[in-house]
Amino acid sequence: MAEAHPVGFQWVMEAKRRGAKIIHVDPRFTRTSAVADLHVPIRAGSDIAFLGALVNHVLSNDLDFREYVVAYTNAANVIDEDFRDTEDLDGLFSGFDPEAAQYDPVTWRYQPPENPTEDQQRREADLESDEVRTGGQYPGAGHKESHQAARSESHGSGGAPVSWKGRRDETLQDPHCVFQILKRHFARYTPEMVQEVCGIEPEQFREVADALTANSGRERTTAFCYAVGWTHHSVGAQMIRTASILQTLLGNIGRPGGGILALRGHASIQGSTDIPTLFNILPGYLPMPHAAQHQSLDEWVSADEGKAGFWGNVRSYSVSLLKSYWGEAATADNDFCFDYLPRITGDHSTYNTVKRMIDGTTKGYFLVGENPAVGSANGKMQRLGMANLDWLVVRDLQMIESATFWQDGPEIETGELVTEDIGTEIFFLPAASHVEKAGSFTQTQRMLQWRDKAVDPPGDARSELDFYFELGNRIREKLAGSTDEMDRPILDLAWDYPVDEKGEPDGQAVLREINGTGPDGRALSAYTELKADGSTACGCWIYCGVYAEETNQARRRKPHWEQDQVAAEWGWVWPANRRILYNRASAAPDGTPWSERKRYVWWDAEKGRWTGADVPDFIVDRAPDHVPEEGATGPDAIGGQDPFVMQTDGKAWLFAPLGLADGPMPTHYEPPESPVRNPLYGRQNNPSRRKLSDASNPINPSYSDVFPYVFTTYRLTEHHTAGAMSRTLPYLTELQPEPFCEVSPRLAAERGLEHLGWATIVTARTAIEARVLVTDRLRSLRLGDQVVEQVGLPYHWGRNGITQGDSPNDLVNVTMDPNVYIQDKVGTCDIRPGRRPRGPDLTAYVEDYRRRADVDMDDPTNGRTD
Amino acid sequence: MANSLWGPLDDVQGDAGYDHHPPRMGFFTDTSVCIGCKACEVACKEWNEVPDDGYELSGMSYDNTQALGASTWRHVAFVEKPVEPKPLTTTDLGLPGMGPPGAMEGGATDGDAGVRWLMSSDVCKHCTHAACLDVCPTGSLFRTEFGTVVVQPDICNGCGYCVPACPYGVIDLRKEDGRAFKCTLCYDRLKVDESPACATACPTESIQFGELSELRERADHRLAELHERGVDVARLYGRDPEDGVGGDGAFFLLLDEPEVYGLPPDPVVTTRDLGSIWKHVGAAAATMVGVGVASFLGRRR
Amino acid sequence: MSPKGGGGGGRGDRLMVPEAEFESYYGKQIIKTPTWKTPDVPLYLFLGGLAGGSALLAEGAALQDLPALEKVARGAAAAGAGIGTVFLVHDLGRPERFLHMLRVFKPTSPLSVGSFILAPFSAFSTAAFGSMVTGWFPRLGRLCGVGAAAFGPPLATYTAALVANTAVPAWHEAHRELPFVFAGSGATAAGGLAMLLTPVDQAGPARRMAVAGAALEIAAAESLTHRLGMIAEPYQQGRPGTLMRTARRMTTVAAVATLLAGRRSRLVSAVAGATCVAASALTRFGVFEAGLESARDPKYTVIPQKERLAARKAAAASGTPAG
Ligand SMILES: Nc1nc2c(c(=O)[nH]1)N[C@H]1C(S)=C(S)[C@@H](COP(=O)(O)OP(=O)(O)OC[C@H]3O[C@@H](n4cnc5c(=O)[nH]c(N)nc54)[C@H](O)[C@@H]3O)O[C@H]1N2
Ligand SMILES: Nc1nc2c(c(=O)[nH]1)N[C@H]1C(S)=C(S)[C@@H](COP(=O)(O)OP(=O)(O)OC[C@H]3O[C@@H](n4cnc5c(=O)[nH]c(N)nc54)[C@H](O)[C@@H]3O)O[C@H]1N2
Ligand code: SF4
Ligand code: SF4
Ligand code: SF4
Ligand code: SF4
Ligand code: SF4
Ligand SMILES: [Mo]
Repeated sequence: MAEAHPVGFQWVMEAKRRGAKIIHVDPRFTRTSAVADLHVPIRAGSDIAFLGALVNHVLSNDLDFREYVVAYTNAANVIDEDFRDTEDLDGLFSGFDPEAAQYDPVTWRYQPPENPTEDQQRREADLESDEVRTGGQYPGAGHKESHQAARSESHGSGGAPVSWKGRRDETLQDPHCVFQILKRHFARYTPEMVQEVCGIEPEQFREVADALTANSGRERTTAFCYAVGWTHHSVGAQMIRTASILQTLLGNIGRPGGGILALRGHASIQGSTDIPTLFNILPGYLPMPHAAQHQSLDEWVSADEGKAGFWGNVRSYSVSLLKSYWGEAATADNDFCFDYLPRITGDHSTYNTVKRMIDGTTKGYFLVGENPAVGSANGKMQRLGMANLDWLVVRDLQMIESATFWQDGPEIETGELVTEDIGTEIFFLPAASHVEKAGSFTQTQRMLQWRDKAVDPPGDARSELDFYFELGNRIREKLAGSTDEMDRPILDLAWDYPVDEKGEPDGQAVLREINGTGPDGRALSAYTELKADGSTACGCWIYCGVYAEETNQARRRKPHWEQDQVAAEWGWVWPANRRILYNRASAAPDGTPWSERKRYVWWDAEKGRWTGADVPDFIVDRAPDHVPEEGATGPDAIGGQDPFVMQTDGKAWLFAPLGLADGPMPTHYEPPESPVRNPLYGRQNNPSRRKLSDASNPINPSYSDVFPYVFTTYRLTEHHTAGAMSRTLPYLTELQPEPFCEVSPRLAAERGLEHLGWATIVTARTAIEARVLVTDRLRSLRLGDQVVEQVGLPYHWGRNGITQGDSPNDLVNVTMDPNVYIQDKVGTCDIRPGRRPRGPDLTAYVEDYRRRADVDMDDPTNGRTD
Repeated sequence: MANSLWGPLDDVQGDAGYDHHPPRMGFFTDTSVCIGCKACEVACKEWNEVPDDGYELSGMSYDNTQALGASTWRHVAFVEKPVEPKPLTTTDLGLPGMGPPGAMEGGATDGDAGVRWLMSSDVCKHCTHAACLDVCPTGSLFRTEFGTVVVQPDICNGCGYCVPACPYGVIDLRKEDGRAFKCTLCYDRLKVDESPACATACPTESIQFGELSELRERADHRLAELHERGVDVARLYGRDPEDGVGGDGAFFLLLDEPEVYGLPPDPVVTTRDLGSIWKHVGAAAATMVGVGVASFLGRRR
Repeated sequence: MSPKGGGGGGRGDRLMVPEAEFESYYGKQIIKTPTWKTPDVPLYLFLGGLAGGSALLAEGAALQDLPALEKVARGAAAAGAGIGTVFLVHDLGRPERFLHMLRVFKPTSPLSVGSFILAPFSAFSTAAFGSMVTGWFPRLGRLCGVGAAAFGPPLATYTAALVANTAVPAWHEAHRELPFVFAGSGATAAGGLAMLLTPVDQAGPARRMAVAGAALEIAAAESLTHRLGMIAEPYQQGRPGTLMRTARRMTTVAAVATLLAGRRSRLVSAVAGATCVAASALTRFGVFEAGLESARDPKYTVIPQKERLAARKAAAASGTPAG
């Protein structure tokens, strides 16, 4: 965190100053470890085993915050009797279809009520039929498309909608209740197993366990911070799930000083999921309509509509969005132009799209603020894809590798690509940087902060807003007068933004549109004001209120020393300027604070309202003892002790009955490339991981002697991601002037690597070279009899910029998490002293490795695990 | 004036001839909270338009600028030290270890050492008795009303005298330019009541800027706090007005011996010996006169 | 990084770097190496000594009416100052700003003081020499000669203050002896040059000056190495050590030769004289480079300072005031 979020880390240092204990779990000893109280070196990719053992420690020693667990989680829920655990099926849950490599989650559900209502029956039927109806929709995908899996992002603002709240056994004794299932599931995650899987000594494990449990409960809370050390794995979502379970068991959610804090990446990466650049969601985590499932507005919202909690009002949010897109043209009669929305047909995520570029089905590509030739896994695959396009538009601040690969990319050097043969027409358009335009960033805490423009962009550089507005204008001009139905969605768009004297559209007008307006045309104040009748328009329902009172609330800059600890008047946090989500959980079921020390939001019985430091995340006058009426829907269905208001059942899920593609509980699987046999189950890898089969993406066989070492990639404080924003600046380049790899002294001795000398690092994809730093900060890990060495690779370099070098991403394979389609940052490799071969010799060198490792090029993603 | 050349000096500005002046300003750099982000280095360069200092992978941990110099006015040192195995009770210590490698039978490591990584942002000390200033023959280096030491680039003739005079190895000549450069303690910013660029950029408040007297109190407090928590290795460096340079205007809290960070353990301003130096020069000159006279005594006309 | 001596020059690499008794930051020096260029600055040191000694000789020769000696010595003083000034200016990073040296007068800066010695000395010695050669303004010329003689010894010795008033251990710690080394060395050079260029019958004072200078220089250097302990190492080891040893041998041989045969043989006188000049130059190079060496190796900064600290601590513990 100190490395990649140094500014946020100031608060960690502040906490430390006040006596907090900082524990850092990372394969490497980093700048964060340097100031932490304890560094726990872990084998990359093994975090579920570690966290799972902490869960086990809590459960088997009764260290959970029982009151919280019983009242606020689904620990008491009883699961379908047909459910089978990985314990029973040696690493599989029930419902696995080996052919499609995916799960049917029907047996994971809450035990059905004895007499389901009509509505419950309809939902259940819908869920089941979705599985069937989407099967094989996407031509060429070769596997069924799970509706729920493809919609995982849309659960970002709430859990998947379950059909019923289910039976609960609050004594937690029922063998089929979540608590008991959890206990059995994690029983084999022992400290000894942690040593064998992660390379962490039992004593050190104990120290972490003790610190964690001692610092949780009524009086104290513990926070977890994570970023891509957890997300970038074929089991990434489940790693975070394990932490969620742990934090929920310890009562660390919804309370000050607690939580699982995702440290987001690019300055507004949170904003770009809220108002998404993702294929499967629309603003505010509304699901992108599916071509087969969603023929009408009704079908589109039916899965969520009326379900308990605020997500149940999905129709209001959806209609308001359509109104903001199509304005006057959107009417109740035409389903508010629902038919104008594009549809998805399956997995259109980035890596799949690249595969389609290679296959020739995707013809054109926009690269806006992205440098995949360096920044994305398997750089070769990216370049081969782009070299097979008709056209490519690159908008960037710098002439990046993704715009120049056709003349100087690594494949040109080896002869795999020939400049003259590349037909892609590349348009490079200079972009204005963040200081050259006004706009908002949404950061890790969901906080929008407005920035004013500092300087004008140079030359022809334009802001994104300017570019897209102008692009829209030109397209609309070209289509003007067209009578073709196909052009209506574009011609009918509400495409009218005020521009300044330079022709630059006003960003605040866009923010106001996102905020939404009511029937009187005035800015709305809260998403509770949104209507499904078309009288309101709103570009993103969760952002509703950011322009309340016709004021840009994101531009508030009252310093923290002029307000209380919550600092509610700095920027604006969605939803409703609420700083801690689910903060009803900071009070006990009866509405009193769990402790005076940790009081945050509580029930004021006299006034009959929730009150406290923050905006309560609850219906403000709903009493703690309120029990919803049978059959209530939407917010009305939230009980007084259901703090997790976005969940259908109002409870935090220790067990996910729905919504995850790879199981209701986390399970340790080895990364797709690993030198270790999975000691926990017969299953080596996540059975539902997404493979991408292509000749450019061969996988190193597991536990191969040819690729005996683990490598992992990461950031340096001194550089930024794919490097175009730092390798081009003298002041940053001088601080870390060359690509390097970090190795332990033992590995250096084993392979004859010299400090500051060169090393060649090889995978089945390719080989790269880097200078060597031998350092005690990388440690050899002992797992039982096996010693595992890890090679550390900062990934920022490419062939342009002040200093140049090979890109570590050329080594990384594409195997994806099935929930979110992210790549794995860990792999196996060989490392040798000296520089790599040049030109065609490089190809031959890597081919030799593939042959010796027995990589099956007919089935390159096989990975040969048995 | 008393103690102009050496020893404690309460009013440096007064000593330099200012009648009315603001309080002495300086830095307290608390290295125990430095995270080595180098924001200070970059902010300094941005503000002061200092050129790059070359692109060399040094192999000195994450430190590639290597030392203070004419083109590096803030420098973050990265001290990577193997540590002896120690018991697993790091609770409340300011100093993390990587646990006790190889300390236990069947431990997770193969006998390789743990490591301690100290980071520290170094800067010109703006000495009470600044040798660089004392030896500057042109008056290019001067004492500001804030008690800081600043080079005037329009006066400096590149004689280089300040370079070996500095007991900390701070100031240096820029080759391509010929003149001497170092931290100005952001004199231009101080004049308009702004904090120095480096301190403003530092996320963890490792670099604290303020009135020197107040900083000294703060530092004493912090030291006591760390000692209380068992961080015995913590010590202040350059805080003591009784030291060889009369105390630094920019002083530090360190977690190891100064020399480990590349700092002199007991720096002394060269002018402490100025009297003796001139006395010996005088005596030698007189001796030379004597030699001259004697040379002519042997032969009479 | 371990293999390069992680963190401490001593402890970092347990395999490749032998255990040293001090720690450093990757073996990097603490103070900066002087930026003064070679040969500019050592030659300037040498020429200052030569010129200063020569100015003395010139006045003595004038008093005692030794015209050949006077001519050579006046020439040497003027040329020494002139060429020395050229080297000095050339060494500046901004030579065009040479005159900034005279903006202020600072007793704390030997270079400032030196500028106010060098400037009048150059003026006086050049005027005296010019007057002598042209025969113009003879009285004024003599007066200038006296002026040069007055500034000569300071010119020859202030350079010791110049180098000593730095943080360079081998220079600073030697501040008591260096002025004498430089005085002696200056006299040796002046005497030697005069021996080389003057007939033996007029070169008596030159010979005596050379021999006396040699004795002074050697004695001072000897006491320097004794007093400085480990900080004297750079004067004894490596290239500067070789320079210093060679200079001393040459000086000794030249002095002995001068004493034995300098009066009789023009050849011996010339050779011995030339040797004296060369030896004097070598001494300055030796001193200069020893300083650079001591700046480059952190141990000369760290170890004495640690010892000083330890002594102070011990003194404080035993209640005696520390120096
Ligand atoms: N200076 C700087 N700051 C940045 C960025 C940058 O490029 N430069 N990028 C921004 C972006 S886009 C993002 S997404 C964030 C990312 O922020 P981080 O996630 O902090 O970034 P990384 O350095 O990639 O990874 C973090 C750590 O994960 C460790 N790691 C690797 N594999 C594993 C594993 O299996 N388990 C565990 N526990 N740890 C593992 C690595 O050693 C590394 O120290 O940073 C943002 N901030
Ligand atoms: N091996 C490995 N690979 C990784 C990761 C890892 O940890 N390991 N991390 C991954 C992560 S988390 C991320 S986020 C990606 C990042 O990968 P990319 O997004 O491909 O890399 P960036 O360098 O951040 O690309 C951003 C580009 O946007 C340009 N830019 C900046 N501002 C603007 C603007 O306002 N407008 C426009 N049009 N352009 C702009 C910059 O010049 C830069 O070239 O890398 C991923 N790749
Ligand atoms: S680069 Fe920006 S977002 Fe990242 S830590 Fe620095 S200030 Fe924060
Ligand atoms: S540290 Fe050096 S450069 Fe800075 S004021 Fe002191 S003597 Fe001068
Ligand atoms: S180099 Fe410049 S600043 Fe330094 S002493 Fe010489 S004139 Fe003064
Ligand atoms: S005070 Fe100013 S000049 Fe000095 S290091 Fe900081 S930013 Fe640079
Ligand atoms: S900015 Fe602060 S925390 Fe970062 S390196 Fe400099 S002193 Fe350390
Ligand atoms: Mo990211």
